[in-house]
Amino acid sequence: MSITKLSMISATAVFLGSTAFAGCGISSGNVSILGNEFAAIQAVADGAKQCAGDGVTVESNLNKDYRELQVAALTANPAQYSAVTTTNAAIVPLMSDGLIRPLDDLIAKHGQNLSKNQLITVDGKVMAVAFMANAQHLIVRKDILEAAGLEVPTTYEEVVAAGAAIKEAGLMDHPFATTSKTGWNLGEEFVNMYLGFGGEFFKPGTAEPSINNEAGIAALNMLKSLTELSNPDFLTFDSNAVQASWEAGDLAMAHLWGSRGTGLLDDEGSTPEVVSNTLLVSSPTVGGGDIPASTLWWDGFAIATNISDADAEASFIAMMNGISTDVVKANNDAAVWLVEGYEPAPASAGVFATAAGKTKPYPMIPFMGLMHTALGAELTAFLQGSESAEQALADTEAAYISAAKEKGFLN
Amino acid sequence: MRHQTFFWFILPSLAAMILFIALPLVSVVVQSLHIEHEQVIVTTENCGPFGCTEESTVDTEATAQLRAKQPLGRFAGLSTYFDRGHLASAEVSEAWQSNATWGGFFADLYNLPFYKALSFTLTYTFLVTPLVIVLGLLIALGVNRLKPVLKGPTIFVSLLPMIITPLIGSLILFWMIDAQGVIGKTLQWLFEDPELSLKASPVLTWITLMVYGVWSSAPFAFVVFYAGLQTVNSDSLEAAMIDGATRWQQIRYVVIPHLMPLVVFISLIQLMDNFRVFEPIVGFSAEANATSLSYIIFADMRSDITRFNSAAATSVLTVIGVAILLAPVLLRTWRDFKGKAV
Amino acid sequence: MPNPAHRASRSVVFFSSAFVLLWVIIASFPFLWTLWGSFKVQADFFSKADWRYALWGTRTLIETGDTFTGAGYAGAWIQEEFWRAAINTLVVVFFTVLISLTLGTLGGYALARSGQKYAFWLLMIALIFRAMPHITLVSGYLLPFFEWNLWGHLPTSIIVLVAINQPFTLWMLHSFFLNIPKDLDESAKVDGCTQFQAFRHVIIPVMWPGVITTGLFSFLLAYNDFAVTSMLLSEENRTMVPAIYGFLGSTQEEGNVMFAVAAVVSATAPLFVLVMFFQRQIVSGLTAGAVKG
Repeated sequence: MSITKLSMISATAVFLGSTAFAGCGISSGNVSILGNEFAAIQAVADGAKQCAGDGVTVESNLNKDYRELQVAALTANPAQYSAVTTTNAAIVPLMSDGLIRPLDDLIAKHGQNLSKNQLITVDGKVMAVAFMANAQHLIVRKDILEAAGLEVPTTYEEVVAAGAAIKEAGLMDHPFATTSKTGWNLGEEFVNMYLGFGGEFFKPGTAEPSINNEAGIAALNMLKSLTELSNPDFLTFDSNAVQASWEAGDLAMAHLWGSRGTGLLDDEGSTPEVVSNTLLVSSPTVGGGDIPASTLWWDGFAIATNISDADAEASFIAMMNGISTDVVKANNDAAVWLVEGYEPAPASAGVFATAAGKTKPYPMIPFMGLMHTALGAELTAFLQGSESAEQALADTEAAYISAAKEKGFLN
Repeated sequence: MRHQTFFWFILPSLAAMILFIALPLVSVVVQSLHIEHEQVIVTTENCGPFGCTEESTVDTEATAQLRAKQPLGRFAGLSTYFDRGHLASAEVSEAWQSNATWGGFFADLYNLPFYKALSFTLTYTFLVTPLVIVLGLLIALGVNRLKPVLKGPTIFVSLLPMIITPLIGSLILFWMIDAQGVIGKTLQWLFEDPELSLKASPVLTWITLMVYGVWSSAPFAFVVFYAGLQTVNSDSLEAAMIDGATRWQQIRYVVIPHLMPLVVFISLIQLMDNFRVFEPIVGFSAEANATSLSYIIFADMRSDITRFNSAAATSVLTVIGVAILLAPVLLRTWRDFKGKAV
Repeated sequence: MPNPAHRASRSVVFFSSAFVLLWVIIASFPFLWTLWGSFKVQADFFSKADWRYALWGTRTLIETGDTFTGAGYAGAWIQEEFWRAAINTLVVVFFTVLISLTLGTLGGYALARSGQKYAFWLLMIALIFRAMPHITLVSGYLLPFFEWNLWGHLPTSIIVLVAINQPFTLWMLHSFFLNIPKDLDESAKVDGCTQFQAFRHVIIPVMWPGVITTGLFSFLLAYNDFAVTSMLLSEENRTMVPAIYGFLGSTQEEGNVMFAVAAVVSATAPLFVLVMFFQRQIVSGLTAGAVKG
């Protein structure tokens, strides 16, 4: 789905909203929201803005680079923004610096409608409220698999075998793709695979890395077999590139974000042949493990510490309006909502299947980001064939250690 | 000019630079000498939409107390400069001892992020800068010969590569050089290699980035040279012609010496800009095969956890690198300056 | 006497024209391709299936019923209100160029006429300042700007852009002023003018070619800037380049590439007008020979 349709939907929500949400029960206060910029968040921000009125201002600043701004913006006192949208990775620096406040009292007062699984609790305190979910999962082309006489793969070993069979049958030269671009994307692929092999990133209770082990090597080798089925340009593949290749009919299998499902299934950019044969299925398991090799993500909101209690309350109420059932119903297809009233759409099938398989959430660990960055930068040489798996993992650990020392996690 | 008059003339400009460049520069240097406080890690039970897990968390209060005592963090001297992410002194000396051959030593060096970035940065700088100057000069000479009617549109078209913002210009070209794109297909046809992809091999990626660098910077050199050409003294050209100089000789002995100060100016600016090459790497998704010092800074700043101290150290190293690169040109300027001042 | 310069001229003319023609093609082809593609749908613009789709608009015909579509332009300008970004850019660019040139001409003139050692060192330091990567500078500004409530406003970005472009402006104008004969203002001073009056009445009238060329670069810097504007402006004050970047989507969320492509093409149009308008100044101003060495 394109932005066009989504914002038309959210425009409808705004229109409906003006009657539905008239008065959120806030008498005064300043609400300002910092957040990521995409259709679902835009809808939430628009919903929150319905609370503006007598003595209440609601402003938003949605920016793809919100994460670069959030720490400085919330460190200032008073904070520039009273509410931020966040994810399991983005929330970490905010929590480490104590920039967001526990929400328990506000939830007791205004959060009766929230279901328990929306609450992100850390050490018993609610730090954020989640409203949507996302995960990478497998998408397959039914017709190609059938032509090669294959079932939908449920393990990565089957994916590799299926890829080889499709290649052999002369159906496609490069049947598989995933978001394997050097940097964050590649790091994420390793995180998925490593968790699928049951690996732990750190020695328990410490910030010391522990990825140079059997699970790490197995994960890397699996990534390598997958990239060998991929176009040789795979180190430049981000979600946009994979989606474009898929829509052009160049791929038989891909591991892609659930949030891209709506775009894959709409009638734009692709032929009916590709769209009608696109199946969104669970992320495969790997190495005989029983959980899919993927990570679950949530998007939610948190409230700043450095603002007055009155503004915090106003912000919480406004954000609750932003994720109300009405907003969700009006923007049903924009995301996989965790809010009551959401009707699962066909595009969300892959995310639900992946979540149902007990996939692990992306770790909310303070130093995970450093590990992720190190992985994204250091694994390239192995995938290009110029370095051994052990060396790549050793390099990653070394890069991580120097970063962790600088950030004070290791000595 | 009297000192006082000079002061008042330069004041606004100087104030802006001190406030927005010098002070931040000092703060960057100070931060590069510090690392963050030891973080107090505790294990907590965290719950969310997908169940509960035991995870490490920062003990905010305990860490905040440490931070309040020393807001800048722990003083670390030059240790960040010499860690693995930067000059990597320990790794380099180990590579030196463990390798008998130069090849092995350089291979190990290339495995370190800073030296990998430096090798591309320097290659890029030393190839692109002269090519930009030569191409810019040739275009300027060519355009200068055109009929007046054609000059305006040609100047506009020549400026196009520079006008489109590098981040997006390189992205559009990236789509065009795709194996399925128009330039990619043309190259496959030219080289009769249906598997040719500019994105896959390190060498081709480097060449692509450099071609882009020359393409996008040539207009800058062109405009400056073109302006300079308008001021060539026609008397000396005529004198040269009467002496029987060929066109090439006229250019060699009259035009180029006249443009020499501009060559110095363009080299200064281009050496500096090319040394900080960044946007094409992101636009062409070339991170796998080519990184630069500026890209390392970007990666530190934009990763999941911002590493400002590390980025500060790389920035200071960049400034030092630029100073070293420019030293020969600056010495020349200094001699010229002294010559004039006397 | 046969003149060798003239004898060679026919082949020289041929080669130099052919070279300029080749350059014009190389310089304009990506732009023309983008211009053409901006009237297609995304599947044709990328044309992953077959590159010729981009030429004929095969998918565009299927999806929209015509081989040309203005959907990208409509989406960017009307639905996403790109005109707001255009107005913001106009404001930022206008004031950045104006202030840069004002400060730069004063400073550059002083540096060119001083002849003192400190003037040289100032220039050197300015050059070192310029070497500082912008992204590091900008992230250093964030916290103080948030604390003092300066963040997000157009004037803040303008001042920052002026400041970080000042070293370049100073260098360039300084070299232009060096080319203006010293006798001009010296004789004015002999006639009883102060330094500023000499500058005002004698130098300003002859400095335009240099100022316009420098202004062109200040303009391009402010117009193309991403590092500063993307980090220092709030959503409603966003300029064109960060807005275009915003159209591209992120790892998890699909953007709308055709909006970005249409916006890129639109963003070039005012520059065309500007160059056409100033080309006479650029060409004739420079040929007037005010800057004789």
